[in-house]
Amino acid sequence: MDAANYLYLSALLFTIGAVGVVVRRNAIVVFMCVELMLNAANLAFVTFSRINGDLNGQVVAFFTMVVAACEVVVGLAIIVTIYRSRRSASVDDASLLKR
Amino acid sequence: MTTSNSLVYLIALPLLGATILLLAGRRADKWGHILGTLMPASSFAVGLYQLSLMLGRSTEERPVGQKLFEWISVGSFKVDAGLLLDQLSICFVLLITGVGTLIHIYSISYMSHDKDRRRFFAYLNLFIAAMLLLVLGDSYLNLYVGWEGVGLASYLLIGFWNQKPAYATASKKAFVMNRVGDMGLSFAIMIAFATVGTVSFAGIKEQVDQTSTGALTAIGIMLLVAAAGKSAQFPLQAWLGDAMAGPTPVSALIHAATMVTAGVYLITRSNFIFDAAPTAQLLVVIVGAITLLFGALIGTAKDDIKKALAASTMSQIGYMTLAAGLGPVGYAFAIMHLLTHGFFKAGMFLGAGSVMHGMNDQVNMRRYGALRKFMPITFVTFGLGYLAILGVPPFAGFYSKDMIIETAFDAGGIKGILLGSVTLLGAGITAFYMTRVMILTFTGTKRWEEDAHPHESPWLMWLPMAILAIGSVSSGFLLSRGDALENWLHPLFSHSEEYQKHLLEPIVVSALALTMVAIGVAIAFFKYSRQEVAAVAPENVSVLTKIARQDLMQDRFNEAVFMRPGAQLTKALVKTDEAVIDGAVRGVGQLAMNSGSALRGVQSGFVRSYAALIFVGAALLIGAIWVVVQ
Repeated sequence: MDAANYLYLSALLFTIGAVGVVVRRNAIVVFMCVELMLNAANLAFVTFSRINGDLNGQVVAFFTMVVAACEVVVGLAIIVTIYRSRRSASVDDASLLKR
Repeated sequence: MTTSNSLVYLIALPLLGATILLLAGRRADKWGHILGTLMPASSFAVGLYQLSLMLGRSTEERPVGQKLFEWISVGSFKVDAGLLLDQLSICFVLLITGVGTLIHIYSISYMSHDKDRRRFFAYLNLFIAAMLLLVLGDSYLNLYVGWEGVGLASYLLIGFWNQKPAYATASKKAFVMNRVGDMGLSFAIMIAFATVGTVSFAGIKEQVDQTSTGALTAIGIMLLVAAAGKSAQFPLQAWLGDAMAGPTPVSALIHAATMVTAGVYLITRSNFIFDAAPTAQLLVVIVGAITLLFGALIGTAKDDIKKALAASTMSQIGYMTLAAGLGPVGYAFAIMHLLTHGFFKAGMFLGAGSVMHGMNDQVNMRRYGALRKFMPITFVTFGLGYLAILGVPPFAGFYSKDMIIETAFDAGGIKGILLGSVTLLGAGITAFYMTRVMILTFTGTKRWEEDAHPHESPWLMWLPMAILAIGSVSSGFLLSRGDALENWLHPLFSHSEEYQKHLLEPIVVSALALTMVAIGVAIAFFKYSRQEVAAVAPENVSVLTKIARQDLMQDRFNEAVFMRPGAQLTKALVKTDEAVIDGAVRGVGQLAMNSGSALRGVQSGFVRSYAALIFVGAALLIGAIWVVVQ
């Protein structure tokens, strides 16, 4: 099977994630879209590892998973805190850092 | 060269006096003037001791040097702080300390009513130290330190009574005009260093032959500018008249006998440069000739006795400059006239001070008159100085001035005849204005102010005047007997051996000069002695007199040519500074602020728009890399 197909899939997943981040207001959904983008990158890394025949890409994928896990912990904590104080999980409501 | 360790005491003693008097403050008020007088007197003693040593040595070994310390040592540029006492400097050392001591003694009494007398003596001592450093320095850089020092002392002393705004302004004027000259000296030093590679007198003298005439001419002209500034020569002469704002002893010491002759010293000291740069030498002669007439003409119209004497000083220094510009034949006569002038002009200034002392500090000669009976000693001493400046034989001026006139005629061709005529004419005008001073002050009717009670000055004042009067009578004869001074200075100057025939026999020159003097005296006599002198200067006088009363428009000229354009330039520069330089600085700040507030709109606070921007940015970056790689 052609390895390029995995890359197309990766690009598709990344695009879906990116569009989701820009379009959706719910913080949880935005968060899941970010995860989707990370996993798209992981898929690309693993594919390249396969194409090149070495393990570098696989190793980086594990690192990405660790970073993603940390990100989930911190991100969910922030979202829960925002929800508690504002009774809303919309990212547009939390827009105090403007001019 | 012979070395000596005692040269430094010449300078150190008065400098110590100045330091003590300035630091001790009011505590020294009781004894400050005594210490201040002892210091130059002991310097004079050291000078006499050095002279006796010098006389005991053979001609070649007479110059004495002393290295004080290594001053500047940068790469190939080395300057030691060193002193040089040779046949030329010793003349100056003895004049400065001798006349200086006499004037200190005079000042004890003259300044006795002034509560700042101690400060006055401190400044006088500072002046003596700086002037000695000027004449003793063995390089142009050492000379420069003394040169600036006398400028400072002159500034402090002209403005000694700076509670009067006019006097403070006069001191500033003198200082600023002197700065113009000082700039010339610093340029001369820089050119000398750049072209010759050394700034010591001996070093430059050795390398004169290898140096281009252009460089020497440039150095010479810059030295002439320096000399013109310090010696009140054309075109930097305007400060001397105003400098009379200082106390009279200052006028006598600094603005008649010593400091203003520093320019003549500089030219004479730099004889090796001027001898090799004929253009610069010609300029020296021209400046001297112009100033000698310029000063004399101003002198004819001044009613202020000190300003009349100041104009006369300017004119007499013109004689010296002219003589110094005539080359090796003239240097000795320039120095001789400088020494005799030091005696008679200092004496006359002290006489003027004595008259002012008795007349409630009145300086207007139109309010004097008939003082001969009330101030006999002042009259006699002033009169002897008067005869000396006129050049009546056998008084001092006869020997020195006639020599200059004679040498001027011998300059050759049209130049000689022109210079000779100028010096002769100057002698005539000198006779006119000095006779005018004598008549207005000492003879005729009383035109005093009502509260004037003229009286002879105390002995502390007339004793220095008497000693200077003896000098005015005898110095010319003593210095020229058997060409004493000429032979003394002979080894310092280069000489052409060829014998020059005199254009006019010395006796003819003397007769001509005396005729001119007689004419001058006669005109003054008929104008001021036969007619009643108005107590207030008449207004309906000729245009020429009006111009002469305003110092031949020198101030107006300076204001129109230098001051106003200078002020305009300053204004333009201020505007440029505000508009261009400040504008650029402020503009940069404004640009940052404006672009900041424009970009602030991007900060919407919406996370999604930030994310969109990041995507756009990343896409652009990838696009750019794509384009580059393709």
